[in-house]
Amino acid sequence: MSKEIKTSISYRRVFYTVFKRDLTIAFRHKDDIANPLLFFILVVTLFPLGIGPEPNMLARIAPGIIWVAALLATLLSLDRLFKSDHADGSLEQMLLSPSPTFIIVLAKICAHWIISGLPLILISPLLAVLLYLPENAYGALLLTLLIGTPVLSFIGAIGVALTVGVKKGGVLLSLLILPLYIPLLIFATSAIDTAAMNLPYTGQLAIIGALFIGSVTLSPFAVSAALKVSTN
Amino acid sequence: MWKWLHPYANPEKTFHLTEKLTPWFGYLAMILLAVGMTWALLFVPPDYQQGNSFRIFYIHVPSAILSLSVYVAMAIIAFSALVWQLKLADASVAAIAPVGAALTAVALFTGAAWGKPTWGTWWVWDARLTSQLIQLFLYLGVIALHNAFEDKAQGSKAAGILAIVGVVNVPIIKYSVEWWNTLHQGQTVTQIGKPAMTMDMYLPFVVCLFGFVFLISWLICLRFKTELLERNATRPWVKDLVNQTEK
Amino acid sequence: MQFSNFAEFIAMDGHGFYVWLSYGFTFAIFVILALFSNARHHATLAHIKRRYNREKKLKQAALEQNQGKR
Repeated sequence: MSKEIKTSISYRRVFYTVFKRDLTIAFRHKDDIANPLLFFILVVTLFPLGIGPEPNMLARIAPGIIWVAALLATLLSLDRLFKSDHADGSLEQMLLSPSPTFIIVLAKICAHWIISGLPLILISPLLAVLLYLPENAYGALLLTLLIGTPVLSFIGAIGVALTVGVKKGGVLLSLLILPLYIPLLIFATSAIDTAAMNLPYTGQLAIIGALFIGSVTLSPFAVSAALKVSTN
Repeated sequence: MWKWLHPYANPEKTFHLTEKLTPWFGYLAMILLAVGMTWALLFVPPDYQQGNSFRIFYIHVPSAILSLSVYVAMAIIAFSALVWQLKLADASVAAIAPVGAALTAVALFTGAAWGKPTWGTWWVWDARLTSQLIQLFLYLGVIALHNAFEDKAQGSKAAGILAIVGVVNVPIIKYSVEWWNTLHQGQTVTQIGKPAMTMDMYLPFVVCLFGFVFLISWLICLRFKTELLERNATRPWVKDLVNQTEK
Repeated sequence: MQFSNFAEFIAMDGHGFYVWLSYGFTFAIFVILALFSNARHHATLAHIKRRYNREKKLKQAALEQNQGKR
């Protein structure tokens, strides 16, 4: 009886431990945080060079560019989510632990969002200025990114969990995940476009919110199942 | 109640059942498609608005409907494979995905070829077409994931999970015509009993639809048999089977 | 019969290209898929047979070797 009490930890504690561990590891490898962010900035700066620097044209396509770049940057950073843990065996230890995989996976994805999603949101106003995004669309850009980037992490985690055992998983990961990102991309850019026209964009925001709730509650189940398959 | 199903958890029994059914599906598909296509191409009166391009309807709509139903079927099978650990269900997911991808490609292509004379453009970025395109990518993703693993059983389990996740796309496609006001026309065939068109246009459609159903059943059964053989290569019943074909 | 002669049937009031393109594509896709599936089925059977024969040969060889030792 007493042994049982000792071995079981509360869910909150499991969450906190894994969350803190992932953040600590991430802050030790700082380029893992910086590189996707640099990639994000580079992709965005390529567009004015490729399309031409007319402000009107850039303002029209700015939401799309920023969101597509955010998708690609997330995709790049997702690789780290389970790969190193899989390589050194700690992932299997986590799956074997008595605490539910759901909590562990949830903590890992939240940590991943802090590392990859949050910097994107913080840097995005700067890029919006570079692309001449109309000022009344800034709020919408930040809000869609704030609700949307966790969705990217949560859906992406499913793909990473599925491909973690595959040797050349990178290309495969984008093939699996990008189609699932399309609805989010459509609604996010349409929200920003609507905001630029001074119209209410709460409808699109509500749909992104629904995607957020749905992915937070359902994706950890899919990720746990996928991890069990790919670690075997 | 489910007792009659139990023998079919055995790969050998299922293989022999599939072996028996496959040619019948093939014959039925051939007859129905020959009748349906001839009817659609030669005898159906041209649509009063769209003229003869309406004849594309008879392959576009069956393939579009079936591409969705096949996906749902695949996801349900994948789900039962995951929950009840059915090895046969794993094998059938791998068999279904390429057929579904072919159906989706046909639906997209014929849609483009129908759109050109009626809308004046091959492609529009509307909800229906875009979500159908996503569907094609999902099918291709399932196939790619399945092939990426060295171990067949592991690959089909992973592909199954992806198939289940992709189900979110199905209602989006199904209702996109009603939710968004787009170029794509609303559903013509809403209910089996009450079609929004005349009988001489509706009947050949039913024939074509069932022709397609049997065609894909035939293809899926053929691929399913291959998957079963690959997975059970070391079993005695497969060895017996191979020896029989030798003589 | 909606068409009076064969040329009219092919032309379909100017829509012939699109109609025949769609039917041709559908036909091609399913024929290709059927051929591939069929080829794979036979390849799998042949593969299993080859492996089985090899195993049988190995067993035979091992048996003969054993008898030779005795």
